[in-house]
Formats: sequence, structure tokens, C-alpha cells
Amino acid sequence: MLRYTVKRLGSLLASLVVASLVIFACIEVVPGDPASFMLGINAQPDTVAALREELGLNRAPHERYIAWVSGLVTGDFGTSYTYRSPVSEIVVERLAISLPLAIYALSLTILVAFPVGILAATRRGSLTDISVMATTQLGVAIPNFWFALLMVLVFAVNLRWFSAGGFPGWDEGFLAAVKALTLPAIALALPQASILARVMRSSLLDTLSEDYIRTARAKGLTARQALRRHALRNALIPVLTIIGLQFSFLLAGAIIIENVFFLPGLGRLVFQAISQRDLIVVESVVMLLVFAVIIVNFLVDLAYAWVDPRLRSRT
Amino acid sequence: MNSIQQSTAAFAVLALTAGGAWAAKSDATIGIQLEPPHLDPTSAAAGAIDQVLYSNVFEGLTRFGPDGSVGPGLAESWEISEDGTTYTFNLHTGVKFHDGTDLEATDVVFSLDRARAEDSQNAQKALFAGIESVEATGPTTVVVTLNAPQGNFLFNMAWGDAVIVAPESIDDIKGNPVGTGAFRFSEWKRGDSITIVRNADYWGAAPALEQATFKFISEPTAAFSAMMAGDIDAFYSYPAPENLVQFEADPRFTVLAGNTEGETILAINNKMEPFGDVRVRKAVSMAIDRQAIIDGAMFGYGTPIGTHFAPHHPDYVDLTGNAPHDPEAAKALLAEAGYPDGFETTLKLPPPSYARRGGEIIAAQLREIGIETEISNLEWAQWLEQVFRGYDYGMTIVSHTEPMDIGIYARPTYYFQYDNPGFQKLISELSVENDPARRSELLKEAQRTISEDYVNGFIFQLALTSVVDARLNGIWPDAPTQAVDLTGVSWTE
Repeated sequence: MLRYTVKRLGSLLASLVVASLVIFACIEVVPGDPASFMLGINAQPDTVAALREELGLNRAPHERYIAWVSGLVTGDFGTSYTYRSPVSEIVVERLAISLPLAIYALSLTILVAFPVGILAATRRGSLTDISVMATTQLGVAIPNFWFALLMVLVFAVNLRWFSAGGFPGWDEGFLAAVKALTLPAIALALPQASILARVMRSSLLDTLSEDYIRTARAKGLTARQALRRHALRNALIPVLTIIGLQFSFLLAGAIIIENVFFLPGLGRLVFQAISQRDLIVVESVVMLLVFAVIIVNFLVDLAYAWVDPRLRSRT
Repeated sequence: MNSIQQSTAAFAVLALTAGGAWAAKSDATIGIQLEPPHLDPTSAAAGAIDQVLYSNVFEGLTRFGPDGSVGPGLAESWEISEDGTTYTFNLHTGVKFHDGTDLEATDVVFSLDRARAEDSQNAQKALFAGIESVEATGPTTVVVTLNAPQGNFLFNMAWGDAVIVAPESIDDIKGNPVGTGAFRFSEWKRGDSITIVRNADYWGAAPALEQATFKFISEPTAAFSAMMAGDIDAFYSYPAPENLVQFEADPRFTVLAGNTEGETILAINNKMEPFGDVRVRKAVSMAIDRQAIIDGAMFGYGTPIGTHFAPHHPDYVDLTGNAPHDPEAAKALLAEAGYPDGFETTLKLPPPSYARRGGEIIAAQLREIGIETEISNLEWAQWLEQVFRGYDYGMTIVSHTEPMDIGIYARPTYYFQYDNPGFQKLISELSVENDPARRSELLKEAQRTISEDYVNGFIFQLALTSVVDARLNGIWPDAPTQAVDLTGVSWTE
């Protein structure tokens, strides 16, 4: 297990270095000057020059890359051009929404998908199975922003149970904050739960037809016992992969839902930073997301090894 | 008292208190589209900074009224010397910054010197270009000496970029603005809202609102649902004109349709062939059906213009007749200029909906006279790079939102590259003219000159449409500057 972990860690580091180079190179070739953007169309050239100097935009690219990476290593993400405050501070503020939202949505996803997927798999071909397949097909097909808008119209505009959006902040109380994240989390969870339920079902169907299940049944386990002890555990590998991908996606990919509910999350931060050419924010946040994705994948890899001991020796 | 009576009485008390709470409502939540990047109006162009802070938190020597007129601000009065180069401002006494320190003449000297300094990051540094020196001659007296008379100096000093700041607050100003206004800054929930509260020590008339929150919502559908769900009391500059009919029909809301200082133009690269030929530019102008664009892109909101000047300004001249919509005449002009079969050019569009929607309509109108346009949609940063600084474009659509900005036509390197020495002379004459009658004449002359030179296609004055709770009064319908001045806003009893 140790060797497996060390090997995974090595490839994790290599991925980070490559990612930092790619991100920096991409940002370098994007046209558009942050200083001109900030000062608008009436600014005088000398004012723009003064600002460029202050932002450090006149330095050579390799100098800026080294300054950026050495900052990252020491935990200094730099200072946002537009907001003029430390990127780490801004990111932490945004994560206070994006991370709970992603966890909330993923919990809903798992809570719905697991039972539904198992139910459909164990009753293959039944009416339950067919209706699960049909509903999840619909869940995947419905655009989640449309579903979000629909929920806003029903629960905020008509019933007034929820606010149409916005986030009061955690200092307004746990319940108020969770309430504000509920509609967005449901909107995010709908397609994810549908996907996960389908994966759960098909993966479980595969394992249920394996020889070892027949053996388990032959030695006297009930169908339920065989399912719990053997089938489920083996079916989890593809499911874990999908959960890992979904979590990374929910963390940064919630931008459309964030816009519908005007939530100041990480996705919206990156989107705004790109259009405002707040390059340092883009670089650092994208790097952070890469880091998060890599870590999640690393954890998923470890989880594979945990559910499937064969993986430990194979590598 | 039996139990039914008791509960009825209790209910009545409850209803009364609830009603009382409603009648005494003294806070307001205002939706605006963009979040300010930071809170220093003197070092960025972002209009959202002024929207939240101008005249609410920060004040200048002079200030804009709701109709765009310039009146006294922190300066209670002023004297202008005979030759028009010396302004002596008398500040109000007893004015305090929100941190409790007194406003002194030296603060004014500091603010103006900071704005015009060599390393100044003021986005409108040109406003201060004519200042020779600023001196405090008494605790509340400031003398500003100009290097030449300047006709619109008092107007310039009313801009958000010219507000008075305290030297000791500069280090933190981007996150904690300390001004002299009727409201003090309270809280900024980044990405969500900014809250300001009534300043108990305000030197002027106290505002009716005790607290106001600006909420940032840029998505049109989100703006709609937030308004409908009652999350916000007013949406200043509502982003989706297509919903306005629905709000107009709803008695809970009032729709305010006013003017902005935004002249929306089809800017033409005057140095790029074939636009060097005035006949070609005239043909382009005549191909444009302004009303069709206003109806199609702006849902009917907007006023046609024939020059680069706000129609609500007293000196405005209606020159829309210089380029009536006449495709046949336009074609003839093109043929005369040597392009009987038209030509191809680029049309580069920045993100606002007036540009994107308007661009499609204009492209179709130009096609009628044989001009084929290759449309590309740009982000602002790309637009600044390619169009504004790179001159790499044939045509573009932009709304110029700065007030009284006809002077940009006197800058030959400005992005549409109009170089007319006669016009430049006119503007330099205007800038030193103090006599109102002569100024008016010169302004009219300037409007005519650019209109008759068909520098750009002048399309319409951008409208300001806000949706307001019908019980909320005092939101400015017009935008003489980018400000949501809440000092006069109150709830109906």
C-alpha cells in the first residue's frame, strides 16, 4: 500500500508542474491588458503606464512565472489586479460557498442515486426499473439551469418559501445559509444523481452476474447478503470514479447555477476574472482547481485500493 | 373576555405591530448589475464604484443634481476671478469625515494633488489637467489656480473621480471608504452586496433611509426573479428590457424610463479605407434606420440622435435630419465614391446587449446598400486591445457614457481617428470660454461639425430603465453621472 501511495504522489507532483506551465502559457497568449481594462476608455496613456508598472506587468514572462510559482509554493497566491486584495483571501471567501454547495449537492446526489440505482438493479426489468431508467434519462436530459429557473419561479416568486438567490453568509446562521444553498444544490444534484444512479445500476448488474456471486449464493447466502457482502463492494469502483469527477465538476463547474441564483462562488469568480483580465486570479484559481482535482483523483485512487485489494499488488 | 375575543385581540395587536413595522420601513435593497472591483472612485473607471458611493458616501466640491445640473457640494460657495483662472472655494463648516476627523482645506488640496500627480491612477486624469496649483488659504478656503480659463471646471469637479478623500484613509480606501457623505460604508459581502448606513453626523439634511444595501445581480433572469420574489426593492438600470412590459402592467412596481449620458454610436475607423471618404461614411449613416434599432435591440427605449450629444442637454441640436434613413440615396453615394457594388468590412461588437443585438440589425441594414460586414463578438478586454488601442476594426458599436464628452473628437489618436484641425480649434476655444452664451454657440457648432462630417453613425441615446417598488420614492430616473444617489429616497407611508 505504501509503495502504491508513493507512486501516486509522484505522478501527482508531476501533474502539478505540468499544469502550472500550461496555465501560465495559456494566460500569456490571451490578448488584453488588465490595466487598460481597469481604467476604461477615457484614461490617459501615462495613467495606464503607471498602473502597469504598479501591477508588475512590465516584467519579463519567465520572471513573472518564477515569482508566481515560488509564491504558490509558499502559500502566497498574489494580489488580485481588480480587487487589489490577496487572491487567497478572495478564494477563501468564494470557497465558503462553493465547497459547502458542492458537498451539499454531492450528498444529495449520493443519497438519491445509491438507493435508486440498487433498487433498479435488483429488480431488473420490473416496472420500478423501467421508471427509474426513464426518470433518470429525463434527469440527464433536462438542462439544470432551466430546472433551476423553474424552481425559482415556483418556490421563490410564487410560494415565496425561498429567496430567489443570493447568499446571506455563514454569520447569519447555519440554517439561513443552508436554506440559501438548497435550491442551487437540488438543481446541481438532479443531473448528477441521474447519472450516478444509472452508473450504479449498470455496474451492479455487471457484478451480480459474476461467478463469485453465484458461488456466494451456492454456499447459502441470501440474495440480499450476497449483494451487500460481495456485489456492492465490487460495483463501487466505477461509481467512485464518477463521484470523484462529479465533485471536481461541482466545485468549479457550478457557474451557470451560480449565475441563476447570483451566488458568489468560485465558478463566477473565474468567469469574471477572465473577462476583467484579472490574470493573477485566473492563474491561481485554476491552479487551485487543478490541485483539487488531482487530490480528489488521488483519494479516489486510494479508495480503489481500499475496495479492491488486487489493485494494491498490481502496481 | 372569552377565548375567542382574547385571540382576536392578540391577533389585532400582532397585526398592528406587523403593520407598524411595515410603515416604518427605513431600509432599502437596490439591485445593480455589476459589483465594484474596489471602493476607491478616484482610481478606477468602473461605473459600479460610483453607483454605490457617489454622493452617498463620498462628496466633491460640487455635485450633480438629478437633472445633471451642477450645484454646491462640500463647497458652499465659490468666487471666480475676472480672468477665469482662479477659483476660490469656501467649504461648509462643521463637515466631518466618517472617522470623526474634520474636513479641512488641506484635505481638498491633498485630494486634487493626488489626482493630478505624475503617478496618479485616476481614470479621468484629464479632468485635472488644467490645474496649475491648489492652495489652502484658510481652514475652509481653497484656491485653485488654472493655467488657462476652463469653462467646465465646476462641472469637472462634480465627477465621482474628483471626490474629496482624507489623506489618512488612502491606504485602506479600497476596502474601507471614509467619506463625508450622508451614508457611511458598513459592510461588503464580496460577490453579494454592499451595505451603507445613515451617517448621524451628516452636515446636510439627514436622509430618510437608515440603511441601504446594494445587491449585485448581472443575470437578467435572476434580476427578474429577485424583483418578483420581493428580495430587492428596486433594480437600478434593469438588465432585461424585454421584461419591462410585464413590470409596467404590475401595480406593485413602477418602471422609470430616463436618460443616460450614453451616446450609442456606430463608430467608424476614419483612417481605414474606404471610410476616409466622407461620402462612404454618409452612406453608412443613411443606411441606418435608428428607430428600427431602438425597437429591435432596446425594446423601444432610447432616443434617436444625430450627433454626439445628449438630447436632454439644453444645448442639444437635433441633427438626425443630416442622415435620414434612405437606402437608395446611400447606394447612390456609395456608387459616387467608387463602390457601386459595396464593399466588405468588419463589425466588432463588445458584450453589452445594445451592441450585440444592435449589431445584427445594423449588419442587415448595411447589407441592403451592399456593405457586407463580418461580425465578431469581443469581450471588453479584447475590444480595448483590438479596437480601442489597435485601430484594427472597420466599425464597432459603443455607448460613450461619460457626460459631455464631445471633446474626444478633438483627439486625433482616439480610436475612431477623426483628425479635423478645425474641430480641434473649436474645442480648445470652448475649453477656455467662460461666457455661457458663447459656450452654447460653440457647443452647437461642434455638434454640427461632427454630424456633417459623418464621423460616426450616431444612433441613439441609451435609455436608463429602472424597476422600482411602487412605494419607494426618489430614485433618480436619469443618470447625469453613474450614481445611485439615495440621499432623497424614502418610502411612502
